[in-house]
Amino acid sequence: MKYSPLIGLEVHAELNTASKMFCSCPADHFGKTPNSQTCPVCLGLPGALPIPNKKAIESCIKIGLALNCLINRLSKFDRKQYFYPDLPKGYQISQYDQPFCSEGSIALESGKIIGIERVHQEEDTGKLQHTVLNGEKVSLVDYNRSGVPLVEIVSKPDMESSNEAKEFLKKIHELVRALDVSNADMEKGEMRLEPTVNVRIEKNDGSIHYTPLVEVKNINSFSFASSAIDFEIKRQIEEFEKTGIEKSDTNKTTRGYDSVKKITFLQRTKEEAKDYRYFPEPDIPPFILEEDYISKIRQELPLLPDQEISALVAEGVELKYAKILYANKVSLLAYNRHKEESGIDKSRLASLIANKKIDISLDIASQYNKLGQVGVTDKTELEALVRKILDANPEVVQEYKKGKTNVAGFFVGQAMKETQGKADPKTLNSVVLEILNH
Amino acid sequence: MKELHTLSIDEVHDGLKSGEFTCTQLVQHFLNRIEKYNPKLNIYLSLNPHVLEEAALVDKEISEKGINRPLLGIPVAVKDNFLIPGMPTTASSHILEGFMPQYESTVTKKLKQAGAVILGKTNMDAFAHGSSTETSDYGPTLNPWNPEHLPGGSSGGSAAAIAAQLATVSIGSETAGSIRQPSAWCGTTGFKPTYGRVSRYGVVAMGSSLDSPGPIGRSVRDCALVTNVISGQDQYDATTSPKEVEEYTKDLGKDTLKGMKIALIKEYLLPDLRQDVKEAMLNAANKLRELGAVVDEVSLMDPKYAIGVYTVIQRSEVSSNLARYDGIRFGHERDRFNDENKRRIMLGTYTLSAGYYDAYYKKAQAVRTKIINELDKIFKNYDACIGLVSPGPALKVGASKNQPMFGEMEDVLVEQSSIAGLTSTGVPCGFVDGLPLGLQITCAQFNEAKALSIADCYQRNTNFQLFPNLEENL
Repeated sequence: MKYSPLIGLEVHAELNTASKMFCSCPADHFGKTPNSQTCPVCLGLPGALPIPNKKAIESCIKIGLALNCLINRLSKFDRKQYFYPDLPKGYQISQYDQPFCSEGSIALESGKIIGIERVHQEEDTGKLQHTVLNGEKVSLVDYNRSGVPLVEIVSKPDMESSNEAKEFLKKIHELVRALDVSNADMEKGEMRLEPTVNVRIEKNDGSIHYTPLVEVKNINSFSFASSAIDFEIKRQIEEFEKTGIEKSDTNKTTRGYDSVKKITFLQRTKEEAKDYRYFPEPDIPPFILEEDYISKIRQELPLLPDQEISALVAEGVELKYAKILYANKVSLLAYNRHKEESGIDKSRLASLIANKKIDISLDIASQYNKLGQVGVTDKTELEALVRKILDANPEVVQEYKKGKTNVAGFFVGQAMKETQGKADPKTLNSVVLEILNH
Repeated sequence: MKELHTLSIDEVHDGLKSGEFTCTQLVQHFLNRIEKYNPKLNIYLSLNPHVLEEAALVDKEISEKGINRPLLGIPVAVKDNFLIPGMPTTASSHILEGFMPQYESTVTKKLKQAGAVILGKTNMDAFAHGSSTETSDYGPTLNPWNPEHLPGGSSGGSAAAIAAQLATVSIGSETAGSIRQPSAWCGTTGFKPTYGRVSRYGVVAMGSSLDSPGPIGRSVRDCALVTNVISGQDQYDATTSPKEVEEYTKDLGKDTLKGMKIALIKEYLLPDLRQDVKEAMLNAANKLRELGAVVDEVSLMDPKYAIGVYTVIQRSEVSSNLARYDGIRFGHERDRFNDENKRRIMLGTYTLSAGYYDAYYKKAQAVRTKIINELDKIFKNYDACIGLVSPGPALKVGASKNQPMFGEMEDVLVEQSSIAGLTSTGVPCGFVDGLPLGLQITCAQFNEAKALSIADCYQRNTNFQLFPNLEENL
């Protein structure tokens, strides 16, 4: 039998706009006094009406553009209806059949393309707190988060392993941060993950079977998502082997994830599934997005993570160093400025960061220059430099290999020149010999 | 001297300006009348506890600066679905009993900014679910022309307040007919502005894609003066139009309708219409001809289709809009919804459910588009459409009981214009059995000035805007 998992992901990202999605209350709710950031609109008082946040819609479209989506020229909000104490209006304003963005893609490291089904806009709910008050068990509601703008990114079920899923999630995380539309702080719940998993099974007789779809709800870490997916794959295969149950229109289930036991558990079956009774939000007219508006947003997009890394590589920085620079938020622009100012070498800077010689939270250029002045003693760094000089002078290397050992001094001299005499001569000497003799 | 409760806005301003009476005296006069007649008619649910203090401030302002606000010192009655801080807002439902709003509706804010003095809140069908005011959880309002009859609804209290002369003007809201129908039954003038012309912010929602606040008054001119104040784009209502607000009084006072082409909708002369009611309608058409208008009989889609479309869309929106009444943040628990509220929630929940949405909601929207297109076609050739507001005069108290489709049947002639979001004036056009009848003059979207101007010309050249003798009737 051959098993291939099919994994799709829904990612909710809270936007970092100043105000909420449909009112002017502050959107930053973390750690604020409960119910201190509310108004008639986000409390769902009688007669209150939503006014959509332009900036949030722009952010949603930015995410869509960065994920190569089609931006729908005609879009609208819908009401998604269900009852829960943290949902003040009895419905969430979301997007159903005409989201702002659809049909996009993102590439994994391997070159594999993961399809993006849609990127849509919605509002967050309030938060329930189950606690004890005056000796009585109570549930309290905090509406500070109610109405905070959310973007939901839905992938196609194109991932085949938890590793691929994890990479996808990291890429989305990097992307929304690079776009500066979401802080995506997992610990603050600013990014929430919901994998949908099932398995394609090819039996030895050539017949193909699919296990029932399972959606795992509200995970707040990449590794939990990864382990929930692994657990599900294993569980579904075992279940199939035991019962032969296959996917049907009616047997999709929703499961939760227990991060302590590292297992998923059944929350509800399709029969219990909610009928959200979507219908067009009558309080907000539909949107007609003009080409001009979309291209203006497109022009405002910053370099995206993959673009920035490949730009570094194109400038001659090794991929691994480019990634280090990117991961440490040394943006290409800032970096190029440093280069002009002080002649910073990209690979060397990356290596200094990797070796924790430079604290990226402080001024990078001054630290870099200071390190240069006291003499370069970092071995990895010198190795990189020496290798570069060796690579540039293959004929001299050949001479050394033939026995002309005094040419080693040529390399030491070149390296000294490159570091403007700042390299520690002893370390440099041993590095040159080590590499030549290797 | 005319009695204070019989004065129009202009007459009140004249009297205040000349010092003939003060705003305090005017308000006290209305309070006395309310005290006397409200127990019998059940028009006001609550009164503004600060109204006399506010009137005193108006008197001070007039003595210092004269009258330089458009509604300064005008006593207004407001339907109980408009939120006003300091006054309970119940929408006539027990679920909101004792609810004190934390913020103000845009309409009442604008009225106050224009200097109006709010007398109190008027009875209505609970959550505006009805056309009789009988579904109010606080008992029905009675028709001032004959207390054995209903005032219509849902703005029954606001229409009856004008008929009984318990306010100078009043504010209602209409989803389909809720301003025009009670105005017709009470013999007052009611005006429905275009959907999106007047803000819905702070109005307890019924059918969000239909709700239109508007005035009820003793004349078209009074309605126009109020519409001048309450219209306009609102930063708190995304469905309000950025279109500039016209001066709605500019085309009033004309005595000719020359150049006007008016369509008398053939289908509105329903086959089972009473002969005397039909005659009143035809007389109105002839009066318009006499005033210089061309009136043609024009065919429109059978209004019975509008009932289906309206019922599905309105119930769907109701089921969603009432979801917030969970008793957690305000109000009481859901068991306080009345039978009519529950029926509407159930039907709307059904029409939006998976598998039924396409058959009901989507189809209703498709027919809605068709109705809009048909009316557009008529407005290419005609300035206005006319018909009766209601197929007959006010029905007797109890008529709506056990009739879940009561409102839809009584509003059959106004639903098309509501579904299309048009503007329409309702003016009295005759009496049968001692009860008034209403004529609707409906124009294309944002043609408020025209709908008011035609109605004003008709009203000033007929003698149907009368008031009942309460001493005799009660």
